[in-house]
Amino acid sequence: MSIEVKLQGHELTDAEVNPTIAASKAKVKVDRTAYLTDLVKLRNPEIPDWMQQTRDHASAIVQELAIPSSRDEDWRFTDLSALLATQFKSVTEPSALGFEQIQSYMLPECVNSRLVFVDGIYAADLSAVDDLPEETIVGSLAQVQEFLPQVSDYFAKQPGGEEVFTALNTASIVDGAIVWIPKDQIVKTPIHLLFVATGTAKFLVQPRILIVAGSGSEVTLVEDYVILNDRNYFINSVAEIQVDCNAKVNHVRIQRDSDSAFHIGKTAVSQARDSQYCGIAVNFGGAIARHNWEIYTNGEQTHSQLLGLSWITGDRTSDTHSLIAFSKPHCTAKQINKCIADDRSHGIFNGRICVPKLAQQTDAAQLSRSLLLSPKARIDTKPQLEIVADNVKCAHGATVSQLEDDAVFYLQSRGIDSESARKLLTYAFATEVINEITIDSLKSKLQTIVRSASKG
Amino acid sequence: MIRDNSEVILSVKNLTANVDGTQIIKGLNLEIKSGEIHAIMGPNGSGKSTFSKILAGHPAYEVTGGEISFMGQNLLKLDPEDRSRSGIFLAFQYPLEIPGVSNRDFLRVSCNAKRKHESLEELDPMDFDDLVYEKLELLKMDSEFLDRGVNEGFSGGEKKRNEILQMALLEPKLGVLDEIDSGLDIDALRVVSSGVNALSNENNAMLLVTHYQRLLDYITPDYIHVMAEGRILQTGTKELALELEAKGYDWILEGATV
Ligand SMILES: Nc1ncnc2c1ncn2[C@@H]1O[C@H](COP(=O)(O)OP(=O)(O)OP(=O)(O)O)[C@@H](O)[C@H]1O
Ligand SMILES: [Mg+2]
Repeated sequence: MSIEVKLQGHELTDAEVNPTIAASKAKVKVDRTAYLTDLVKLRNPEIPDWMQQTRDHASAIVQELAIPSSRDEDWRFTDLSALLATQFKSVTEPSALGFEQIQSYMLPECVNSRLVFVDGIYAADLSAVDDLPEETIVGSLAQVQEFLPQVSDYFAKQPGGEEVFTALNTASIVDGAIVWIPKDQIVKTPIHLLFVATGTAKFLVQPRILIVAGSGSEVTLVEDYVILNDRNYFINSVAEIQVDCNAKVNHVRIQRDSDSAFHIGKTAVSQARDSQYCGIAVNFGGAIARHNWEIYTNGEQTHSQLLGLSWITGDRTSDTHSLIAFSKPHCTAKQINKCIADDRSHGIFNGRICVPKLAQQTDAAQLSRSLLLSPKARIDTKPQLEIVADNVKCAHGATVSQLEDDAVFYLQSRGIDSESARKLLTYAFATEVINEITIDSLKSKLQTIVRSASKG
Repeated sequence: MIRDNSEVILSVKNLTANVDGTQIIKGLNLEIKSGEIHAIMGPNGSGKSTFSKILAGHPAYEVTGGEISFMGQNLLKLDPEDRSRSGIFLAFQYPLEIPGVSNRDFLRVSCNAKRKHESLEELDPMDFDDLVYEKLELLKMDSEFLDRGVNEGFSGGEKKRNEILQMALLEPKLGVLDEIDSGLDIDALRVVSSGVNALSNENNAMLLVTHYQRLLDYITPDYIHVMAEGRILQTGTKELALELEAKGYDWILEGATV
């Protein structure tokens, strides 16, 4: 945790910076510390013994923290006031969902390799893992420790656990999803982790995922957040992914929430020597949807790939804060973040890359490309390269543009009307990311969503 | 080929046009009849591409005076897509790259837009493939070009071939080919020109913009126009191109200012 201390100088007040922000904040004069403490109080007191110590530790951390404000550098562009204005409730009774209610979210490739969580609670009757090799362990985290005692060595062990929302999740832990792939196991069937929000108003839901890919193993995972009703709720999710030596994890994260939803999601990945992590994140925003995507490479010759797409309309916000933290030489990373913002939406990308002295020969490339479809939409994009090592390649680029008139004209000159031309070009911009998804049904589902979302 | 009783495809009278407030086209006159091949030559910056794009309806150019009639209708009233559907085709001097849209989809959508306009049944992907493979052969193009993004990573010559492939699919009434020969090696030039020749017939017309006699060795024009400073200064037959190649443009420009 880094704490910045301002020694001197006059700090601008909100009123000086922006009078309207100050006015709106005055209305929600909420104590950011008390609010956070109240959120912790919503947790279920009954948990498995093996989690107790971790939970207590996280609770102690949370007590020292507060909900961040826009004065925190990491939250400069994303104002959490609206979150503070809502009192959330805990999920006490799980909603019993029928199979037919979630059928449209099922992936045919994963009929027998899926875990379903309803409002954060494991739904055993909707889950099925029969297609997975026997040696893998895929199921409920709470119950796993009896036959997998090593799980304690991995749970809540990723760096960055003291970040406020991660700590809040850990302090409230009850259950989660575990995916355990033993050494040298190649799992061909993709695994679908489906998190359904029933949309019961004002629920606080805190999903948790722990993925451990043993050395030499390979697995493809879909972390999928969907909704049944368009209400306001708060999802605070944490996924921890451990990629051991020479293992490969393909991770697809899809975030589809309601207009009024708050979703703060953490992905923390640790990579050991020679491992590969290929992540694809597709975000459709929410009242606030934030993805903290952190990669820590702990060995040489790792490869990390991060492809992000945010597609936002209406008044939605989508914020991606990524971190690739190198620590050893000869590692490579490729990152492309795309954002399409329409209407009055707000897209944020902050891409931090740390290359310390030890990480010589790092080869990292980061590209942020944004498309503004409406004059009232807004995009803030910021690379944050912290490079100490002197013998590295770190390329980065950022563009924010509108649809090119010449490209629209080119299509029109071939008989395609301007609306279809705009749709086609917007769609084309998005597909670079979506086309990388290897699960066909998911790819075409997203293509359909994106195609119909482009209004031209 | 020139015939007296051919129908007039394009008639441009006294055209003036601005871009960003600067006049670029300054009183241009041109008439093209069916079956004819016209070539426009002229120094850099004389307005050839501007004129071509005005014909196709580029929104950056503001027509301030004169008229353009195409097949008897007022062209200036039509949107670019309607101009295309009614038979104007512009092969761009610099074709755009559109990554993410496959060439195959693009060609099919474009072809079907035209068919719909003509009240023809739209082609499904299979029937379209049959059609496009036939045209690929005409331009000696590999079918792998269909699966790439539109012009994405194409070489200069490949882009030009792709333009003519589109013309082959759209079968326009008037093909406006802006420097279709630039950047082509001699083999590609042969392929592209024989494509153009195969596509031109007595019911349509071609307007070639070029700097080089070389193209005109392969595609024989009926008329050559010299454009300078936004207007056509001189019109002649194909021999004029040889003269221009030998003497340059100065003698025409000087003649005009006198
Ligand atoms: N969008 C624009 N904004 C400003 N000026 C323009 C624009 N488009 C064209 N022009 C100007 O108009 C003039 C004519 O350009 P045009 O491209 O039509 O020439 P051209 O005859 O095709 O030349 P070339 O033989 O080099 O292709 C040039 O002076 C050019 O700079
Ligand atoms: Mg030109």
